[in-house]
Amino acid sequence: MNLIVCVKQVIDPEAPPASFQIDATSNKVIPPSGVSAVISPFDENAVEAALRIKDARGGKITVISLGINLLREVVKKPLSMGADELILLEDEAFADGDSHSTAYALAMAIKKIGDYDLIFCGRQASDWDAGQIGSGIAEILGLPGVTLAKKVDSTDGQAKVERITADGYEVVEVPLPAVITVSNELGEPRYPTIKGIMAAKKIEPVIWKPADIGVASSRVGAAGRRTKLLKLFPPVQESKCDLISGESPEEAGVNLALKLREAKLF
Amino acid sequence: MTEYKGVMVYAEVTDGKLAAITVELLGCGRKLADELGEELMATLIGRTVSNLAPEAITFGADKVYTVEDQLLEDYQTDAYLPVMARLTGEVMPQIILLGQTEIGRDLAPRLAFRLETAATLDCVDLAIDMESKWLRQTKPVYGGNARAVFLTESRPQVATVRAKAMSPPERNTARKGEVIPFTAGLEPAAIRTRVLEKVPQAVAEIRLEDAEVIVSGGRGIGNAEGFQQLAKLAGLFKGAVGASRPAIDNGWVPDVSQVGLTGKIVTPELYIAIALSGASQHMAGCSGSKNIIAINKSPEANIFREARFGVVGDWEKVLPAFTDKVRELLTE
Ligand SMILES: Cc1cc2nc3c(=O)[nH]c(=O)nc-3n(C[C@H](O)[C@H](O)[C@H](O)COP(=O)(O)OP(=O)(O)OC[C@H]3O[C@@H](n4cnc5c(N)ncnc54)[C@H](O)[C@@H]3O)c2cc1C
Ligand SMILES: Nc1ncnc2c1ncn2[C@@H]1O[C@H](COP(=O)(O)O)[C@@H](O)[C@H]1O
Repeated sequence: MNLIVCVKQVIDPEAPPASFQIDATSNKVIPPSGVSAVISPFDENAVEAALRIKDARGGKITVISLGINLLREVVKKPLSMGADELILLEDEAFADGDSHSTAYALAMAIKKIGDYDLIFCGRQASDWDAGQIGSGIAEILGLPGVTLAKKVDSTDGQAKVERITADGYEVVEVPLPAVITVSNELGEPRYPTIKGIMAAKKIEPVIWKPADIGVASSRVGAAGRRTKLLKLFPPVQESKCDLISGESPEEAGVNLALKLREAKLF
Repeated sequence: MTEYKGVMVYAEVTDGKLAAITVELLGCGRKLADELGEELMATLIGRTVSNLAPEAITFGADKVYTVEDQLLEDYQTDAYLPVMARLTGEVMPQIILLGQTEIGRDLAPRLAFRLETAATLDCVDLAIDMESKWLRQTKPVYGGNARAVFLTESRPQVATVRAKAMSPPERNTARKGEVIPFTAGLEPAAIRTRVLEKVPQAVAEIRLEDAEVIVSGGRGIGNAEGFQQLAKLAGLFKGAVGASRPAIDNGWVPDVSQVGLTGKIVTPELYIAIALSGASQHMAGCSGSKNIIAINKSPEANIFREARFGVVGDWEKVLPAFTDKVRELLTE
């Protein structure tokens, strides 16, 4: 089985909301100091999905990441979890893309890899929460896809996917090759092992520029955008919390009930 | 050359009725269509759906396209996508709206890529830019820490809308509209996927989305037994139990209980958040609640920035006393 996983490097989405700042003139997020970059969390679930298939059926996992200033210790994490190869689409021309130009570049890179059975993406990247790349890649490559997977297994040229729905899940069968987007319900991604970390150190990422994947710079990154960002701004924070206290936590609980009754909230 | 004109709503059906999100979309679509001075269209796709067309008209549609076919029994990308692509290719709406549901999340980006345009998912505000007439699409980004306004400078402009972000319109039974059947024209062989099974997960009597009171717990609850105490309180209010993601990931509550960006969007009268920190991705699902109440042992927890009332303390001590007092007050 040849498995491909797309991972994106993002600002740690679990950083405290209070540390989040926007530069209004450039419409960009100011990376908070002391907050690290990470692989977008659903992409780690996607790596885990691929690893489980590799564990069960054997195969090779190729990881692709597109961006600039990609920190090696961040983008190598999937390798230390057990993936085999890393391809970086790292070039200024790829920067500041939208879903369209990014999906196009990733699809062309996947086409160049050529030999693949399953392509995994996260359900959405934790920065722009766009939720489109997996569908875009499938559309560009003409592949079937299943989104919002919580379980993936594959045999005999098919994948069986549990797809999350509003009131549970559905089991979908899809022929390979196919694109699957993965959600956190898949379960915790594994931790890198010492052995994995050592192995990852020895793997040199392959770097591809637009010309390497046969695309014009004008089709990728900012130049290839179809959407325009007009404005980025913080949401308004209105509420002021009335803290209810008491002599003991139990009394505070009683006072809270009295307060809610007084405010006619029940 | 024909022009792109009008607003089209993809009408989703749940339990044989127009989904709540569809009604909200019709309200929002009606306003946009009026601003443009154009028509509002709705599209119903399924095995038998045309009976719902009059309903879509009472909520604001001028035209309803109905597409019925056995092959459209279940939502599947390979079945619904070609239908929507062909229909919108013929009708040429300039705006296509879908709900941010498991269907909209799947269909909207694929449709946009197929039509060689672009989509913006999870919008909470849509408006026509007065000068350019493009659709201004506002969506939360960075897990709710920021909002972004996007323009798609190609047509049709595709957007999905978050549940409960738009107020539902009043029903107007006097409204007139046209129902237009459209043939699916599907080849069974073109549908590559197969739905083998649908598995509903155990839920309490009241759906999270419909509950007036939600008692929600987080990582600090610690185990499934803890959630039974939350269920007791929810029971007093005839409400439902919700949860943050770690509680789901740990298997303390079923997946369907997750509130947040990638879970349910809820807007109850009362949202009681217990031992959850109020991360932006969680608040994305509940910040529309009328009153948020927080119980958390850390005064620094973000939830206190969004709550109206709160107690700083250990929930294991605060909650039983609170629950007993609520029970007493309710029986008075
Ligand atoms: C892309 C993305 C999407 C996400 N989507 C969602 C989503 O849809 N929904 C969601 O919920 N999360 C989502 N998350 C996760 C989110 O970022 C947070 O990690 C999560 O909400 C934190 O859950 P929590 O508040 O329960 O846990 P924590 O942040 O660990 O908070 C636990 C809280 O419990 C308090 N506590 C502990 N013990 C006690 C006690 N005995 N008494 C009182 N208080 C106590 C602590 O003070 C703390 O504030 C998403 C994350 C990403 C990156
Ligand atoms: N720059 C990128 N490099 C590699 N993969 C990406 C990139 N952007 C998005 N993806 C993949 O596409 C998924 C969905 O991203 P998005 O549609 O941007 O929310 C992510 O979870 C990744 O798996």
